[in-house]
Amino acid sequence: MSRPLDPRLLRYARGVRTLLIGSIGVASGTALLVVAQAFCLGDVVSRVFLDGATFADVRPVIVTLALVILGRVALATLGETLAQRAATRTSAQLRAALLGHVVRLGPVWLSGERRGQIATLATRGVDSVEPYVARYLPALVVAVIVPLVVGVAILTQDFVAAVIVAVTAPLIPVFMILVGSYTQSATAKQWSTLSVLSGHFLDVVAGLPTLKAFGRETAQSERMAAIDARYRKATLGVLRISFLSSFVLELLATVSVAVVAVSVGLRLVDGNIDLRTGLVVLILAPEVYLPIRAVGAQFHSAADGIDAAEQVFEVLAVEPSVSGTRTDVPAGDVFVDGVSVTYSGTDVVALSPLSLTARAGRVTAVVGPSGVGKSTLLAVLQGFVAPTSGAVRIGGVDVATLDVDAWRGQLAVVAQDPSLVGPSVADDVRLRRPSASDADVDAALRAAGLDPASLPDGAATRVGDLASDVSAGQRRRVALARVMLAPAPLVLLDEPTAGLDVSAESDVVSAIRRLADAGSAVIVVAHRPSLVAGADDVVTLVPQVVGA
Amino acid sequence: MTTAAPTGLDPTRRGRGASPVRRLVPWIATERRRLALAVLLGSLAIGCGVGLLATSAWLISSAALRPQILELGVAIVAVRAFGVFRGVFRYFERLVSHDAAFRALSRLRLAVYDRLAVVAPAGVPAYRRGDLLERLVRDVDATQDLPLRVLVPYASGAIVALASVVLAFAVLPVAGLVLAVSLLLAATVVPWITSRAAADAERLCAPERGELNGDVLTLLDGVADLTMSGAAPGWLDRLASDDRRIGDLARRSARATGLASGLGVLLSGGAVVAMLVVAIPAVRSGALIGVNLAVLALLPLATYEAVVAMPIAALALGRVRGSAQRVVEVLDAVDPVPDPVSPVAPPEGVVGVALDGVSAGWPGGDDVLVDLDLAVVAGTRIGVVGPSGIGKSTLLAVLAGFLPYAGSIRLGDVELREMSGHDVRHVVGWCPQLPHVFDTSVVENVRLARPEATDDEVRVALDAVGLGPWLDAAPHGIHTPVGDHGALVSAGQRQRLGVARVLIGGHPVVLLDEPTEHLDEATADVVATELLRALAGRTVVWVAHRPHGLAELDATVRIS
Repeated sequence: MSRPLDPRLLRYARGVRTLLIGSIGVASGTALLVVAQAFCLGDVVSRVFLDGATFADVRPVIVTLALVILGRVALATLGETLAQRAATRTSAQLRAALLGHVVRLGPVWLSGERRGQIATLATRGVDSVEPYVARYLPALVVAVIVPLVVGVAILTQDFVAAVIVAVTAPLIPVFMILVGSYTQSATAKQWSTLSVLSGHFLDVVAGLPTLKAFGRETAQSERMAAIDARYRKATLGVLRISFLSSFVLELLATVSVAVVAVSVGLRLVDGNIDLRTGLVVLILAPEVYLPIRAVGAQFHSAADGIDAAEQVFEVLAVEPSVSGTRTDVPAGDVFVDGVSVTYSGTDVVALSPLSLTARAGRVTAVVGPSGVGKSTLLAVLQGFVAPTSGAVRIGGVDVATLDVDAWRGQLAVVAQDPSLVGPSVADDVRLRRPSASDADVDAALRAAGLDPASLPDGAATRVGDLASDVSAGQRRRVALARVMLAPAPLVLLDEPTAGLDVSAESDVVSAIRRLADAGSAVIVVAHRPSLVAGADDVVTLVPQVVGA
Repeated sequence: MTTAAPTGLDPTRRGRGASPVRRLVPWIATERRRLALAVLLGSLAIGCGVGLLATSAWLISSAALRPQILELGVAIVAVRAFGVFRGVFRYFERLVSHDAAFRALSRLRLAVYDRLAVVAPAGVPAYRRGDLLERLVRDVDATQDLPLRVLVPYASGAIVALASVVLAFAVLPVAGLVLAVSLLLAATVVPWITSRAAADAERLCAPERGELNGDVLTLLDGVADLTMSGAAPGWLDRLASDDRRIGDLARRSARATGLASGLGVLLSGGAVVAMLVVAIPAVRSGALIGVNLAVLALLPLATYEAVVAMPIAALALGRVRGSAQRVVEVLDAVDPVPDPVSPVAPPEGVVGVALDGVSAGWPGGDDVLVDLDLAVVAGTRIGVVGPSGIGKSTLLAVLAGFLPYAGSIRLGDVELREMSGHDVRHVVGWCPQLPHVFDTSVVENVRLARPEATDDEVRVALDAVGLGPWLDAAPHGIHTPVGDHGALVSAGQRQRLGVARVLIGGHPVVLLDEPTEHLDEATADVVATELLRALAGRTVVWVAHRPHGLAELDATVRIS
């Protein structure tokens, strides 16, 4: 079981702080009213039963009781509303912290499987923190405050009952922890078998077209039944153990109430206490255990949220690379000075030492086989990857000393697989210059070799409506249009013509030339001869032959 | 009893058109004995709680009259027993209900699989989007909440509530009425408000959440583009305002949930007050004996436990409803390519393929392929090229018997639609784009095409698609696992695993959908050559948008 309240949650989600303060108030109020309710009830019953009081005699107490109950109603409503509001605030704050940090960590950190994991964490994961905040945390506060207040109230009435409660109630968390640590691995195992089972089901269902293609779909059906039965038995075996913790909890709670009741009953027979006291103690005793049990019941719904919050904090603990501070970027040539990249933790050389100079007005083509480090070079230039050795300099200044956002302001990039953010193609083209006119957007698209008239709805076409399979080349042209609309001193292009036919290719080549003529220094990673032919300088990367 | 449902109770067929949740009832009903036991155990557990407080109240009241201890003996034993058995009953209730829920879920899962096996891929929209498929699997899992969190808690709570009302009625009829009104409202109105509030929140927030999730994905996919365009801070602001809108909407429903929880307290507390109001005069008039006053006064507090789980059950029911709807859609999915009543036997040996005026499209959409004529002579290899979206993949899906078509398609001298789908795919081997790889080893992934293939045969096929060097470097050779959803293989490797399957499968007609996609140019040329050598003698339809290998084919057809 992880910590019930992670201090990091208080740091990142201010909504939780407000909630805790509010919950303490609500819980204290509720505890006092619970005690008042018990006193009223005990008083009325004992006076009517033993002293022959009439309804009129006890009317003031009953009115008080009604007011106490109305107070509890108000507090229950208030507590619930507070909790719900805090929950949505917390998830929003966590999401903002997570995504802001992920943006700082950059696309290289986010690549591969991690992107999917972060996407799930930022949506469903962070949402699952809401039940934790809305249900579990307030229950936790109640479980600390109410038993204490009620326990003190019992102490004022009957020492023996107070001792019974004081001995057993703390046993519950103790047993919970003992049994809990024993069942923790069992519970984890239970979840893992359940997720294996649904993972297997997903695997088979997703592969059904393949299975059908080879006539194997019926064979799987029997296998699935067998696997299901096996996992069900294993899971039940695990549940037998993991349900023990709530069993112990429940047993202690009810047995203690029974012991209090019998002890009170026996002492009443002896005349050691009066009925009023006995009833008050009997009504209060369950109230000590109820909140503790409620926390246990809420834990299940909170577990996912605790888990998700934990994962968010792990991401937040990843240090982004340190940015320089200098914000005035000098003008001049960009000099890649012996830059090499070896990814930490591996011996894999992603880029062997390379030097090149990108000059304003010139197009530099970088060629070489796949995997030689062309894209790594572009990642270094964009500040997504730090060079292992060497440096990138502009006007003689190492760009690592520059403020990373200021440096990126000097760059315009067309990635190999750019993504469109939309909502419309025009919005996307305006990404670098939101104020651009429609005419400028259309001109930029045409300059990038994408005639707006060829889109279903011109530049207003929503990016989601572009057919997904044709869009790789189209996306690159939209990304190129962004750059055409707002060029920068250094332009980086990664295989801008891949997947394009000959006429579209020549459009792109002339667009690149136009960028250079307008004064940009252009670095283009190229495969195609036509792109290389249009370049002023060509840099060829040669693979490192390992073990040769 | 792990066998199928009793005859006459075939869950798949029963109750078409009924509400989705009701459509799931037949599966749950297959476990009715275990569920009845769970409800009984659950009622006993809650009943022990009520019994504990009621008997204790009686015990204490009686003791106040200072009788002989012996007269209280039964009550003392009862109090202790209630105290001990409550937890015991609850423990077994949870075990039994989980067992039943898992069994019912298992059957439903199989039924969903069996239906999918008939209608996939064209009959279910989920096969066109991976995330829908994942959701379907989660939906099937979610249906276990119906017995676990709805049926058993609600039924056992209702039974105890009813029993308590009967008990109160026996003690003092008007007290029974008071308790009945309070419990009835708590069992109906409170859950109703709670689930309405949740449904409202869901209805209001779902579009906003959808937008938020879309924006999150766009940000993560486009983090490089946004960062390099200086647009990332603006995008984060936009997400924050998405979240603020959701918060505003959620706040509205929070008021309703707050109201519901206040109402719950009001009903139990109000019942205590009402009970005193009716019981005190009854004590004075002699209609109620004094020792029972405490019992009646405490009963509303004790029975609160019977109804406290009901709003939670109502919420769970609301969640199950959405899942059930999507599960039922699969169970009701129509087979787009039903087998003919009396299928014609498939042709023998290597056959040609002849299409005459073929039109086809995906269910619910327009025809992608219109009036296509194409003839592939037996044993020849043709390439099919054309711009994306023109229907090349659709053509292959039709030829593999996965889509209905208009016009005529003959495999050898047999019309395709007159054969069973199984027989069609015995003749035609299909390798789709990005074929699915199962979470097992490389060799098992390929072998599924022909289970009796030896390791060596599989290895030969893998070499033919150029995976030899990769396998030599892999830790366990062909026995290396591919990881969950093929996480450990690249797209190019995955594509070629699929091609190796059709090589092993030995189908006379082979359909290849962009087999060299995701490969660099040099590798693509080598793979194309090797592949065509391995496929010598078979009829091949090769769909491509890149030129690799096409020169070595017998003919190339352009669709436009």
